[in-house]
Amino acid sequence: MTIMEPRKHGSSADGAVGGRLSRFEGRLKITGEAVYALEYPAENLAHAVLIQSTIAAGRVTAVAVDEALAAPGVLMVLTPDEDLGLMVSADWQGNRPEEKPYHPLPREVQFNGQSIVAVIAESREQAEEAARLVRITYEEQQGVASLDDPKAGEGKLLEQLSVAWGDAQAALARSPVRIEGTYRTPREYHCAMEPHGLTAAWQGDQLTIWEPSQWSHGMARMYAEWFSLPVENVRIISPFIGGGFGSKGQPLAFGAVAVAAACRLGRPVRLAVTRPQNFTSYGGRAATRQTIALGATEDGILQAIVHRGASETSVYADVPEQTGAATPILYKVENFSSESRVVPVNTVSPGALRGPGKNPSAFGIECAMEELAYALGMDPLELRLKNYADRDYQSGKPWSTRMLREALTQGAEAFGWARRSAAPRSMRRGGKLIGWGIGCGTFPVIRAPSEAMIRILANGRVQVVSGSIDMGQGTYTILAQTASEALGVPVEQVDVVLGDSRLPGAAIAGGSMLAGSITGAVHKAALAARDELIGLALGEAGSPFRNTGANTLAISEGRISAREDGPSLPLSQLMAAIGREEIEVRRNTLSDDAQSVEDQNKAWTTMSRVQGPTMGDYSMHSWCAHFAEVEVDEDFGTVRVSRMVSAFDCGRLYNPKLVESQWRGGIIMGIGQALLEEGVVDPRNGRTMNANLGDYLVPTNADIPDLQVISVGVPDLNASALGGKGVGEVGIVGVAPAIANAVFHATGKRVRDLPITLEKLI
Amino acid sequence: MLDFSYTRARSADEARASVAAQQGTALLAGGTTLLDLAKCGVERPDSVIDISHLDGLSGIAVDGSGASIGALAKMSAVADHADIRDAFPAIALSLSLAASQQLRNMATIGGNLLQRTRCPYFRDPATFPDCNKRNPGSGCAAIGGVTRNHAVLGTSSHCIATYHGDLAVALAAFDAVVQTDRRDIAIDAFFLTPDDRPDRETVLEKAEMITGITIPASIAARQSTYLKVRDRQSYEFAAASAAIGLDLEDDGVTIRDLRVALGGIATKPWRARSIEAGLIGRAITPEIVTSASRLAVEGAVSQGGNHYKIELAPRVVARAILTVAASLNPDLNPALGETA
Repeated sequence: MTIMEPRKHGSSADGAVGGRLSRFEGRLKITGEAVYALEYPAENLAHAVLIQSTIAAGRVTAVAVDEALAAPGVLMVLTPDEDLGLMVSADWQGNRPEEKPYHPLPREVQFNGQSIVAVIAESREQAEEAARLVRITYEEQQGVASLDDPKAGEGKLLEQLSVAWGDAQAALARSPVRIEGTYRTPREYHCAMEPHGLTAAWQGDQLTIWEPSQWSHGMARMYAEWFSLPVENVRIISPFIGGGFGSKGQPLAFGAVAVAAACRLGRPVRLAVTRPQNFTSYGGRAATRQTIALGATEDGILQAIVHRGASETSVYADVPEQTGAATPILYKVENFSSESRVVPVNTVSPGALRGPGKNPSAFGIECAMEELAYALGMDPLELRLKNYADRDYQSGKPWSTRMLREALTQGAEAFGWARRSAAPRSMRRGGKLIGWGIGCGTFPVIRAPSEAMIRILANGRVQVVSGSIDMGQGTYTILAQTASEALGVPVEQVDVVLGDSRLPGAAIAGGSMLAGSITGAVHKAALAARDELIGLALGEAGSPFRNTGANTLAISEGRISAREDGPSLPLSQLMAAIGREEIEVRRNTLSDDAQSVEDQNKAWTTMSRVQGPTMGDYSMHSWCAHFAEVEVDEDFGTVRVSRMVSAFDCGRLYNPKLVESQWRGGIIMGIGQALLEEGVVDPRNGRTMNANLGDYLVPTNADIPDLQVISVGVPDLNASALGGKGVGEVGIVGVAPAIANAVFHATGKRVRDLPITLEKLI
Repeated sequence: MLDFSYTRARSADEARASVAAQQGTALLAGGTTLLDLAKCGVERPDSVIDISHLDGLSGIAVDGSGASIGALAKMSAVADHADIRDAFPAIALSLSLAASQQLRNMATIGGNLLQRTRCPYFRDPATFPDCNKRNPGSGCAAIGGVTRNHAVLGTSSHCIATYHGDLAVALAAFDAVVQTDRRDIAIDAFFLTPDDRPDRETVLEKAEMITGITIPASIAARQSTYLKVRDRQSYEFAAASAAIGLDLEDDGVTIRDLRVALGGIATKPWRARSIEAGLIGRAITPEIVTSASRLAVEGAVSQGGNHYKIELAPRVVARAILTVAASLNPDLNPALGETA
């Protein structure tokens, strides 16, 4: 499909990487022209609705469907009694240790809100009404409702997450100044504006799925494995996504149900997951608790960090929320110990949510560092600078780039940190207590290969074609900028086509890795296309440059010439002169030894070629420092964030306007995490009691003050081809501790469990 | 699908006749409550009678004797009405701080009074069949569950659901009267505490229709405020709220008249006459206001998760009284009159 008309925005940097262009698809979205997964027109469409369990644990003993089947318009009821014939898919690495069946509508109930039955009818309304007539009988068992359930226990130690160097316990015991605290974060949810859902259609053994996807190729592979199809038979179409935040990177049980129903019925099926069902169709961030002990000298030199973390997981998969992820790399420390546990409870398996691991981890260590600063009587900024990590003490490797010191000092300058009155409760304004706090954040640079195609068309326009996706973060825009710069054509002349697993493969839009990966591939393909065009211009009969004696040509502003200041020709005229309809160039950034078809397919559909932050000579991460000011009404316990300044090192920014938007989005989510968000579970049956956007509170505009963001980064060419580091997740990391620290400074009360709601301060 | 009939009523009389004639008939005005409850399976009308377009029921008139507001007036229209803002600031504030602009543009005043509780157990019939509001005699699933937003006042062993509306709290403070096609009902008598019949939330009888409300003018109403304390700044129900009206004697310190009603903490809009009685005739000081405000939660029963409301509510009342007092007499300690 044709996506959008690129537009200029006045800056001289327009069209090149680094320009502050607005999102190309923005107009389509705000005018409602962008078509989302559940809006695709499909003929002869049937509608599926899910029925979810209302108990935490047990077994479905009977499903009475007769009444539902007799209801008007009902086509089919799928229950645990049906074998849908699916097989378990391979994991994200592509490993598939055993061939066993997969039951997306299981008989064993593992959590409250698990999809158990699906009703398919001619209309959604008919399906919903018939769903009310289905009677499910359970044999109920005692469940474990949450991490705080006394039955939950201590959980399982995950050896692979244990990290230690030096002798942390001994160093802690020797330290003259020690603090220890236990920090807790609750279940938190993605709350993407666009809920989950899909439209699925079969043509013979070809399957097309319109579903919002953070990874079209990976999801196509997993669907293919479920349904025992060759991966090329499955097509995921996902040009627009109404927010993902980690929730849309893999197919989920409801998707299997819709596709199976479409197969059985022989007609397209649409399944819209309701907002309440979203809360249990894919897990949010797991609830966590972590105990951190810090030891320091009297002048504030960190001697030891001892970290013991635990996060809840489901009873069927060990998915850790790594509370020790940021702990080892923020500060210089010679003695370190971290252990992590998972505690199985009756919940949907926790999912990846913006800044997984690093986010709750930073809440722990960044609160603990401020507790240490107060124990020392030292400015928290000074303490952080004093213990600045000159290298990565966990891996022993040097940083590629780490401008965290600049983030701290420039952020402090912009915030006015020097005007801080040190004592808690010493700052007031208009009858409110005022508090200031700092929270540092980090997110690893995760690298992955991608592929991209560039087409130069007869009319001189350029197409960038990629199966990567844009969920609002700006892929369309930065790829046009990348191609524009590499090819020498104005950005208005570039079209970008994305979001289709039939298109060239790409890294997942997750782990903040897509932009760095896909710009590298587009840049490479665009340079190759440029070279090919110049070669044709020099060599083809009909080209005015053929016998000019030039050994290369310049392309600038969409015109080709022998010299920058010489006579020039629009690309369309050159294409006509050389008699070409199209020039198409496809390139990838896989290593030379991984260019077989099989290797390529595996690279685009699994995480097998993904590289972590310390694979190589350096340790590579994005960094940030948040400075928060809160106003606390002590009578009411209400906290309002009155301003924030956040300074980031994310390397080179491909489009500062979009990056700042991503940072602010992360900060806003962090404010919600600090003050509002908490999935509340009934301890008796594990039911999520606020599974809707009226009761699960995310920030409104009124909750968000001016958010000043500052870039202190420098290009990091170890991190990516164009020098950028990830921007999408680091913004949320460190916000909650900055606010918790500010609340302590304001009130003298240390709240160690999020969110900081009024009853904790009253 | 839920196969209900939809009829556009030609008159209020016709609408009432339809409700009287058929079980399971619901009136549709703004629809913000009916649609919401139908989606979560609480309301399942067989027949919906649309009254939203009827003439003569959406007027807003204010004169020296008071305000008269039609049942179909929109929340936003009342909130923005200059004379209401002037003569009844607490009423205007209670509306503008409620819900969202989109909801206020749709929701009517009559429907607002009849909004039902946000109790999550009430709203999840598939998981929690026990609810004495939905199914009298079945029990109360909320007791022993997640109760952070439940009531501490006016509860019974049968129901602890909070009345979450804001407008009715302000109306309760100023002795509004609910007019129906049959009678005038004092606002205090209009709402019922649950006792052993939580399904009965108001005294409205079958096919009785609210036609409007009247609010008598008073100096206290003109010198009033609505203070709403909540978890987030917008689009959220009250953790505790207070509608306050205050009149001082000419000396600027003696309380001549005081009205106090509370929201977010009780099973119905909660008029706190004991605070009024305790303060009228006395010279206002922060100390006596703070002390008297504690009467707001006399008899409160905590469910655990909502215990904070017992601490919070008196503070909200005291702040609201002192805020109005400081606006009337700037010599009164201004630091204590600062608004949230």
